[in-house]
Amino acid sequence: MIYLTRKAEFAASHYYHNPDLSTDENRRIFGKCNNPNGHGHNYMLEVTVKGEVNPATGFVVDLKQLKETMHREVLEAMDHRFLNKEVPEFSDMIPTTENLAIVIWQRLLPKLKAAQLHRVRVYETPNLFVDFYGEA
Amino acid sequence: MKAYLTRRYMFSASHRLHNDAMSAAENAAIYGKCNNPHGHGHNYSLEVTVGGQVDRSTGMVCNLSDLDNFVQQQIIARFDIENLNMLPEFASVIPSTENLCTVIHDILQRGFAFAHLEKVRIEETMMNSFEYAGGAEIRN
Repeated sequence: MIYLTRKAEFAASHYYHNPDLSTDENRRIFGKCNNPNGHGHNYMLEVTVKGEVNPATGFVVDLKQLKETMHREVLEAMDHRFLNKEVPEFSDMIPTTENLAIVIWQRLLPKLKAAQLHRVRVYETPNLFVDFYGEA
Repeated sequence: MKAYLTRRYMFSASHRLHNDAMSAAENAAIYGKCNNPHGHGHNYSLEVTVGGQVDRSTGMVCNLSDLDNFVQQQIIARFDIENLNMLPEFASVIPSTENLCTVIHDILQRGFAFAHLEKVRIEETMMNSFEYAGGAEIRN
């Protein structure tokens, strides 16, 4: 089994707010991230797929297909966007790094041919990242 | 949905690798330059990984401010700009990065109650790193 990782970078803004909680609770839990005008990050996405090497091509996956899928499903939807307002999944879900990793997994999973999705890693900053392996 | 959150922290500390139970020649042979009695230092990069269900009301595995506060108070405040050999944890334990991993893992395991600790990873330099998950297998 070979594991292959492809990176992509996107820049987006977001803020954290739960409408079911009071203003004070939102501020206490989310701190500065509760600013409704949003703030931004340069997100680094790492997508890891796994599979056996195809003896005819020497590939686990066609990297071009993986790159195009990541571009279409993630970057076109999220790059230079306000996640809360422009990405439908976040209309009723807080766009934390945890949920971003889950949403990206859910977007990629049905679109990836041949290779098996192993891990989605999202760096919000170089000092903070989340891994999602598709676990319930 | 279960996710894993990793936060990176930096601290700088000095240490000396030396075992009193061995001769000077043995210490020199095993530890080389790290046996210099005056010690030497590193900029350590510490990665703490916690895992758990993403809370629907917060979108979080655990609140980052809780993790940051704990690590700042229990680890950074005690280890940063210190000589590791002088800390009680290393009174009878050699402050190798392997042992630093297990010591920091134990501090988090004992005291951090907001999420399940998955693993600790420490880079001593850009060229080497060490990971400890309390004896569990590490999944990358």
